[in-house]
Amino acid sequence: MSINKEQDFGTPASPASQLVTLEIDGFQVTAPAGTSIMRAAASIGIDIPKLCATDSLEPFGSCRLCVVQIEGGRGMPASCTTPVAEGLKVVTQNQKLADVRRGVMELYISDHPLDCLTCSANGDCELQDMAGAVGLREVRYNPVETHLDAAMDESNPYFSFDPSKCIVCSRCVRACEETQGTYALTIDGRGFDSKVSPSQNQPFMDSECVSCGACVQACPTATLMEKSVIDHGLPEHAIITTCAYCGVGCSFRAEMRGEQVIRMVPHKDGKANHGHSCVKGRFAFGYATHKDRMTKPMIRASIKDAWQEVSWEEAINYAASELKRIQAKYGKDSIGGITSSRCTNEEVYIMQKLIRAGFGNNNVDTCARVCHSPTGYGLKQTFGESSGTQDFDSVMKADVILIIGANPTDGHPVFASQMKKRLREGAKLIVADPREIDLVRNSPHVHADYHLKLRPGSNVALINALAHVIVTEKLIDEAFVNERCDVASFAKWETFIAQEHNSPEATESITGIAAADLRAAARLYATAGNAAIYYGLGVTEHSQGSTMVIGIANLAMATGNLGRIGVGVNPLRGQNNVQGSCDMGSFPHEFPGYRHVSDDKTHRLFETAWHAELSLEPGLRIPNMFEAALDKSFMGLYCEGEDIAQSDPDIQHVHAALRAMECVIVQDIFLNETAKFAHVFLPGSTFLEKNGTFTNAERRISPVRKVMKPLAGYQDWEITQLLANAMGYPMNYSHPSEIMAEIAGLTPTFAGVSYEKIDQLGSIQWPCYDKDSVGTPIMHENTFMRDNGKGLFMLTEYVATHERVTRKFPLILTTGRILTQYNVGAQTRRTDNVAWHSEDRLEIHPHDAEDRGLKTGDWVGIKSRAGETVLRALISERVQPGVVYTTFHFPESGANVITTDNSDWATNCPEYKVTAVQVTKVSQHSEWQEKYHEFSEKQLDLLEQGMNNG
Amino acid sequence: MKIEKLIRMANDIGDFFNAQSNKEIAAEGVKKHILRSWDPRMRREIIAYCQQDGTALNDLVRTAISRLEQA
Repeated sequence: MSINKEQDFGTPASPASQLVTLEIDGFQVTAPAGTSIMRAAASIGIDIPKLCATDSLEPFGSCRLCVVQIEGGRGMPASCTTPVAEGLKVVTQNQKLADVRRGVMELYISDHPLDCLTCSANGDCELQDMAGAVGLREVRYNPVETHLDAAMDESNPYFSFDPSKCIVCSRCVRACEETQGTYALTIDGRGFDSKVSPSQNQPFMDSECVSCGACVQACPTATLMEKSVIDHGLPEHAIITTCAYCGVGCSFRAEMRGEQVIRMVPHKDGKANHGHSCVKGRFAFGYATHKDRMTKPMIRASIKDAWQEVSWEEAINYAASELKRIQAKYGKDSIGGITSSRCTNEEVYIMQKLIRAGFGNNNVDTCARVCHSPTGYGLKQTFGESSGTQDFDSVMKADVILIIGANPTDGHPVFASQMKKRLREGAKLIVADPREIDLVRNSPHVHADYHLKLRPGSNVALINALAHVIVTEKLIDEAFVNERCDVASFAKWETFIAQEHNSPEATESITGIAAADLRAAARLYATAGNAAIYYGLGVTEHSQGSTMVIGIANLAMATGNLGRIGVGVNPLRGQNNVQGSCDMGSFPHEFPGYRHVSDDKTHRLFETAWHAELSLEPGLRIPNMFEAALDKSFMGLYCEGEDIAQSDPDIQHVHAALRAMECVIVQDIFLNETAKFAHVFLPGSTFLEKNGTFTNAERRISPVRKVMKPLAGYQDWEITQLLANAMGYPMNYSHPSEIMAEIAGLTPTFAGVSYEKIDQLGSIQWPCYDKDSVGTPIMHENTFMRDNGKGLFMLTEYVATHERVTRKFPLILTTGRILTQYNVGAQTRRTDNVAWHSEDRLEIHPHDAEDRGLKTGDWVGIKSRAGETVLRALISERVQPGVVYTTFHFPESGANVITTDNSDWATNCPEYKVTAVQVTKVSQHSEWQEKYHEFSEKQLDLLEQGMNNG
Repeated sequence: MKIEKLIRMANDIGDFFNAQSNKEIAAEGVKKHILRSWDPRMRREIIAYCQQDGTALNDLVRTAISRLEQA
């Protein structure tokens, strides 16, 4: 293994199809028109010296190191900014060019520390490389003034900025602009005074910098350097794997020194991220070796007892015996399991297999229950498949982008950067969100043409009103509807949606959106060319979540915005493997591939393959499990990678259900909130410690590769296999590739997927029907995946949520996430990301704050019908009057103490986004928080006792 | 399980299918949805409630659940 650095071609590839042929140093080379001479030369192995050029950025032509001579041409043009042309004869190396380059380097080095041997970039410094390449042997200048004393900026926890080593090549500035789209950096001053400046000469942490690290990656010297490299030295080998945070699923090179991750570098050939990353994926991997990692199996009879560290064999046997005991006492259906979108596909697959075949019931569910289950339902009904329709790159051909209930710059930052690039190119933007997300007007050179600032809970009224305009103003794509859709269903829908009660004027009192704005937005969506919808949990986490997904599908079909690049319906998945965990059959009513458990043919297929009698009945969903626990009909739970005691709504109800169970088995990397209610703890492995695959929001199956040994000894799939065998259901996989082979053999949409093909292609987007297929970037190109191939329109009547504001609860609380933290925060809270977000706060509009005498920083009590908690207030005009907002990354915040048990009618996805609350100024924590603190401390004591005894 | 929650869930399903003008299709939609997504113990409880009382269920849902009994 070696570090195997990726080749840098100096400038980006040209998308042109026309080819031109030229001669470089006597060699013929053919390249697409628009390719730079630098890139064309690199393609045949001629590396022209360069400093300001790198192939992730547009050419800049400032360093003058890449000069060449062209026969018949004048002067020495920069090869990075000069495109190839037919018949050119280029010389990249002669004495004159060498003299110029050496002179340029001499000037650079005259103002650069000569500390190469002790520099953190020694061996990985392009300036050092270029000094060698041009044969620099002396520096004749003796400058009277230099930048060598410039002060370092160490404010960012992950990288340092040493301006004394800066050559002002602007690569960092351009990366911030072109790659990330934040524009936090600039070159301040002129001439000798020129320097890289975060914001207005502020420390990085005080600037707009989002710590994506693109500048660090682009820097050719040690000016911007990962602190991990400064502390530990350069990596010596790299393994390509996939990020375990959000649903973008970025490809990374885990750059290693032995078994230590030195840095995560986004993989240039990663098809989801194209060499970009965010602060979580690039920097927040330290949780993997955090001191809180659990590495020993533990058991206890009661949650009042101290934990007892035991061998793996004892823990597994105890877990199995308890599950069997419970089944003997309460019946076969009294146990089940919850898997997670943080698990690999292979882990999820064998978990649901264990439950269906080993437990003998279908009581398996996944955390997608509480996020995107309505997506699965709505898109399956209308399009025939439970997935988004496009790849991420499709956005680059969109003419108008409609974002509904999503905050891409925080939730899906790498895709947001790509989207911002397209918006800067001129695509139009409509944002439908109760809150002003950054894309509305807080992203440089990007603004929303329309911000439909709807009231929480009124999504369906909004989508119906948009469709009403399109139908009544004759903006339907009739050819698409007639050819591609079920015309009878369209006729019914058209009649329904044209009814006056769906008009923007009639719904204005529900949505709070001026009818004129809504009409204009609808016209823009329907007439601007390629229209693409991107949506998030602001769509799904409602009592009408599934209805809204259906409404979105209706809108896209009615306007013909499906089946080609630049359009589509794109659910932005919250966690890394939401799509995959759903694909793998982790819902209680569906086998892998979204086939119902009662479907005869599928049922027989799995019974034969798994050598087990399988239930034809749907099992319990997560919230049903809680109800059944309190009813004493569900008494044993195997929970892998999910923290239901923090993430699920009406948390006091969840805690009561967990306390009611006789055996809770938690498999996780930390003693999470759920583990505090557990009787068996099985220490799991991080994504760095196991092999498998993740499937991102664009259906892309990407490799997860073990870069270090599992700290607790086993990869998660191995632990599940141990439990299966102890339960008496044999599993004998020796590698996850065998599990994937089984999945492919039983699931038509995965039939052509194999580890060999993933290794060969880098990733595969399902459907992938056979061994010759390379996957499907765009779905439904010719037909929909329903049985008759036609898209189905469904009626979407708006129904108000049960959750109503009253004088007692006059405000609506809605929840969301922030860039630097991830979900329940179990991972990111254990990294330096807390430097940006160390607590959840309650955003409240100035008017509502004034009514309550609140100012930013005040402690406020937030009380709903479900419970009460206390947070600090943040006065913000991002929220509208009558709406308050918080994140949910810290367990002590108790955001889910407040949320209710209202849920989506079709899937029971909780209505996190609408909770009626009252907010008042307080001076102490809530009663729940006091109890939580006491319980947590007690559980940590019981853990410590167990460790001391072990 | 708390019957109040099952009633609310069933009525919410009914609210979606109630948009259908053909109430026969709507009732079948409710029935099919519950049959395909509810655990048998939940179905048993809502059926038992429908047989004993049923007044908190809306008309469409009551029709659908009475058909579930025969499914």
